[in-house]
Amino acid sequence: MNQQPVIEFDHVTKCFGQNTVIPDLSFTIKQGELVTILGSSGSGKTTTLKMINGLITPTSGTVKINSQPLADHNQVDLRRHIGYVVQQIALFPHMSIRDNIAVTPKLLKWAPTEIDKRVNELLDLVQLPSQDYANRWPNELSGGQQQRVGLARALAANPDLVLFDEPLGALDALTRLDLQKEIKQLHTSFLGDKTFFFVTHDLNEALFLGQRVMVMKAGQIEQFATPQEIVQHPASGFVEELLATEERNQELWRKLQ
Amino acid sequence: MISYWNQNASTILTDTAQHAQLVFGSLAIALVIAILLVLLCLRHDRLLTGLNYIFSLLYSVPSFAFFALLLPLTGLGNTTATVVLVIYSEYVILRTFITGLRAIDPSLIEVATGMGMTSRQVFLKIQLPLAIPTIFSGLQVALASTMSIATIAATINAGGLGTLLFEGLQTQQMPPLLWGIIMTVALTLVSIAVLRILQHVYQPRLGGNH
Repeated sequence: MNQQPVIEFDHVTKCFGQNTVIPDLSFTIKQGELVTILGSSGSGKTTTLKMINGLITPTSGTVKINSQPLADHNQVDLRRHIGYVVQQIALFPHMSIRDNIAVTPKLLKWAPTEIDKRVNELLDLVQLPSQDYANRWPNELSGGQQQRVGLARALAANPDLVLFDEPLGALDALTRLDLQKEIKQLHTSFLGDKTFFFVTHDLNEALFLGQRVMVMKAGQIEQFATPQEIVQHPASGFVEELLATEERNQELWRKLQ
Repeated sequence: MISYWNQNASTILTDTAQHAQLVFGSLAIALVIAILLVLLCLRHDRLLTGLNYIFSLLYSVPSFAFFALLLPLTGLGNTTATVVLVIYSEYVILRTFITGLRAIDPSLIEVATGMGMTSRQVFLKIQLPLAIPTIFSGLQVALASTMSIATIAATINAGGLGTLLFEGLQTQQMPPLLWGIIMTVALTLVSIAVLRILQHVYQPRLGGNH
C-alpha cells in the first residue's frame, strides 16, 4: 500500500457562531485506506467530512489534500475529483439514472461515448444491469437501488478519494448489510488505489467496514485505531460505553433465544 | 353586437393584437429580469428577499396612479405601459420563482456543489429546471392580472383592448364594451392554454408512469 497522506488535518477548529463544534482536530489518512468515523449526532463527524471537500471552511488550522492546503486547490476542480455520497442519497429527480451518473464526467468534459461506456460499466458494478436501469428515473427505484446509483455517481469520474456521509443511514437492515459488504468489496477491488472516508453512527458498521476507526465525541478524537484494537483496548470511558451497547444487544438476544 | 363587429372588425383585431403584444412583451421582460436578478443574487439570499419586498411595495401602488406617475418620465404610449406592466408582473414572477427555488431539497444543492458544480451550474442544471413548475404557475397568475391591468394602458395612448372599453364607457354604448370584455377574456384563456403547452414542453420529466 502506498503511504502517501491523502487527508491531513492540522489543528483544525470550527465554530458556528458561539458554538464550537471542533475544538482542535489533527489526524492523517493515507492513500488507499478505508477509514470509518464513528460518532453520535453532534459529534462533529459530518462537519469534519465537509471540511474535506470544502463545503465547510475551518475557523482555523489547515486541511491538506494530497499534501497541499485546501486553500491552494481550485475547490471546484478538487470536488470533481472527490466522490460524495450522502444519507439523503439526493439523486437529481429531473435526470435519468444515466444522467445522474454522468454529472461529474460531463463537468469534466469527457467525450459522450466515453461517458456512456463508463455509466454502463458502473451500473453493472453496483449490480443494477445497465440495460434495465440506465434509462429509468430515480423515483422508480427503491431506497437501496437509489443509493447504489448514488455510489455509482460518486465513482463516475474515477476519484481517488470518496467521502461517505452516513450513506446507509436511511436504509433497512438487510439492504444496509448488503451494501456494507459491497462497499467493502469495492474498496478491496481497487487494490489500495482509492481512499474511502466513511462517516457513520453505527458501531457495527464502523467496525465491519473500517481498516481504521476514528471514534469522535464533541469534535475530538477519542480513539483512532484498528477495529481489533478498539474492541480489545478501548482508549477511553466513552469508547467502553459505546462497546457496551453491543453487549447489551447480545444480552437481549440471549434472553430472546 | 354583430353589426359593430362587421363595421369594426379590423379595429377590434388590431386592439387585441396590441394588447397581446403589450402583455406578452411585458411578461417576457419580467421573466428575463427575474432570472437575471436570481442569478445575480445567488450568493446573497437576503438581497433577494429585499428586492422581493421592494417589488411588493411597488405592486401595492394603484396601477392608474403608476401610469400617471411615469408620464413625465417616459411620456404617453407603449414604453410607459410596458414599464408599469413589467413592474407589476415582476412581483408575482419573482416571488413565485423564489418560493420555487427555496422549496428545492437543500441536500440536492449541497450534493451538486460537493460534486463540483459552480454556483451558476447548480442554478442552471438543478435549481432552474426544478423550479419550472412554480415559475409557470407564477407566469399564469401574472398573465391573468397583467391582462386586466393592461386595459388601463389605453388611457395613456398605449392602445390595446382598453381602447374599446373606454370607447364604450365614453359613448355609453354596449357593443364596444362587450367586445372589449370578450376579447380580453378570450385572449387570457388562449394564452393560459399556450402557457400550459409550453409548461408541458419545458417541465422536466420526473419519472413515474412512462
